[in-house]
Amino acid sequence: MAYSAWVSLYEWDLVMPARWVGADNYRALVSTEFLEVVTNTVKYSVGVVVLSQALGLALAVLLNDRTRVGALLQASIFSSYVVSWVAVSLLWIWLLDPQYGLVAYLLRLVGVRGVNWLGDHRWALWTLVLVTVWKTVGYPMVIYLAGLQAIPGDLYEAAALDGAGGWQRFRHITWPLLTPTTLFLLVTLTITSFQGFDIVKIMTQGGPVTSTVIYVYYIYEQAFQYFKLGKASAAVVLFFIVIVALTFAQWLAFRRRVHYLA
Amino acid sequence: MSPTRVPIRALTVAGLAVVALIEVFPYVWMVSTSLKDMAGVTRFPPTLWPSPPHWENYAKAWTSGPFLRYAVNNAIQTLGILICQLFFGCLAGFAFSKLRWRGRDACFLIVIACLIVPPQVRFVPLYMLFSKLGLLNTYASLIVPYAVSALGTFLIRDAFLQVSDDIVDAARVDGAGTFTIIFRVLAPIVRPTLVAFSLFSVVYHWNDFFWPLVMTTSEAVRTLPIGVAMLREEGTGDRWHVIMAGSMFVVAPVLAVFIVAQRHIIRAFTFTSLK
Repeated sequence: MAYSAWVSLYEWDLVMPARWVGADNYRALVSTEFLEVVTNTVKYSVGVVVLSQALGLALAVLLNDRTRVGALLQASIFSSYVVSWVAVSLLWIWLLDPQYGLVAYLLRLVGVRGVNWLGDHRWALWTLVLVTVWKTVGYPMVIYLAGLQAIPGDLYEAAALDGAGGWQRFRHITWPLLTPTTLFLLVTLTITSFQGFDIVKIMTQGGPVTSTVIYVYYIYEQAFQYFKLGKASAAVVLFFIVIVALTFAQWLAFRRRVHYLA
Repeated sequence: MSPTRVPIRALTVAGLAVVALIEVFPYVWMVSTSLKDMAGVTRFPPTLWPSPPHWENYAKAWTSGPFLRYAVNNAIQTLGILICQLFFGCLAGFAFSKLRWRGRDACFLIVIACLIVPPQVRFVPLYMLFSKLGLLNTYASLIVPYAVSALGTFLIRDAFLQVSDDIVDAARVDGAGTFTIIFRVLAPIVRPTLVAFSLFSVVYHWNDFFWPLVMTTSEAVRTLPIGVAMLREEGTGDRWHVIMAGSMFVVAPVLAVFIVAQRHIIRAFTFTSLK
């Protein structure tokens, strides 16, 4: 414990010299380049969070039974979550290869011309979003499943007796009772998607041009390719503030939730 | 069940099966590609099962870099981190749950605060620290930053709190020392928590690419994910059979464990995040 307290103190001491250079590092950050990084990060995050949460919820609701088939499907969908980002990224570069890739072949079979997934600056970021959702959707699914299993079954029976259909039961029982889960996932997925790095480093190196440079990759580039440690540290500090703010928002949301129930 | 229900149910199952197929088939393709030769990789239309299978791709990938070194390093890193995290987690969990001391709750708040600091925030300052200490490119730079896990401490404390103080007192009366109480009495009782956390930690660190990439430049301490990522940089694009074979070195152990212990692993990931 003393160790982690010590490290956490040291972190900030080491960031301080960056500040002594003046606010220059922060001023250097305010640029069109940085603005693009922030825009990319927000696009990537929103894409990943919205898609994986919606898909995760849908899968959880449909798979919420304790049959063997259900368990098998759950496990297959979750499996990618434990596989290394490096392997997943390499695999998808190969699958999306414009010439020999499986995806291009399958699309040609159904007569669709695929886009240049990773080579086109209009598509590359969204391709990363799709691959990320493919890899991580199992996580919101199992968290939602845990949330669903906490909902008492008699609520549904009572609603069914009152003549509520499937959609109505979802709308008035499942969805409101899952609100804490949804909030939890919203914040957790936002924070983890802000941390996206491996997939960019391996699949696109930020390209084409700078269309897939997202936040952590930017910090990495500044620190280890341009050796601007001061600027990188300034970016780290901003990043930290955003994460603390998000966590605080989550805490507030949860507290309000508890008041509602009480 | 009304007659319209049956087709809806069948459609749902079919839809879910398609999703599961989309999730799993790429791994089948990975294995299939890893057994092709160059001609098979670029053949059009692509074939699913290469004949004859080219197992030598695995040997090619393994010898294209010091992969034995990478694998050993990966194991040292993953297990080193796990042992430290469990050891310190049990000690701190005990101090935070079964001992009373001034400032305990304040210190515990600091631990909770550490939970929200991701490695991507710490790497720049820690990199500078380790380079000042001359510890870059050592196992220490891979293991020490993760030696104490806030999450682990939190989970273990929580589990220890569930154990009645009477058990601790009884052990003490029997003459057990603090270490015996922690590791011989309490740890076995909270084994499910320890197992769940261990699975989580091992999967995370075995796959970790970011931290070793930042902290190491020397092949002597680099790990499998880095070695595999470098396979692609070595050659031109069409060596996909070798790259896929190499990827299996990272993927296969995790998937093998996952297939055997899927229920435990899914529970571990749910448990570690919902607490």
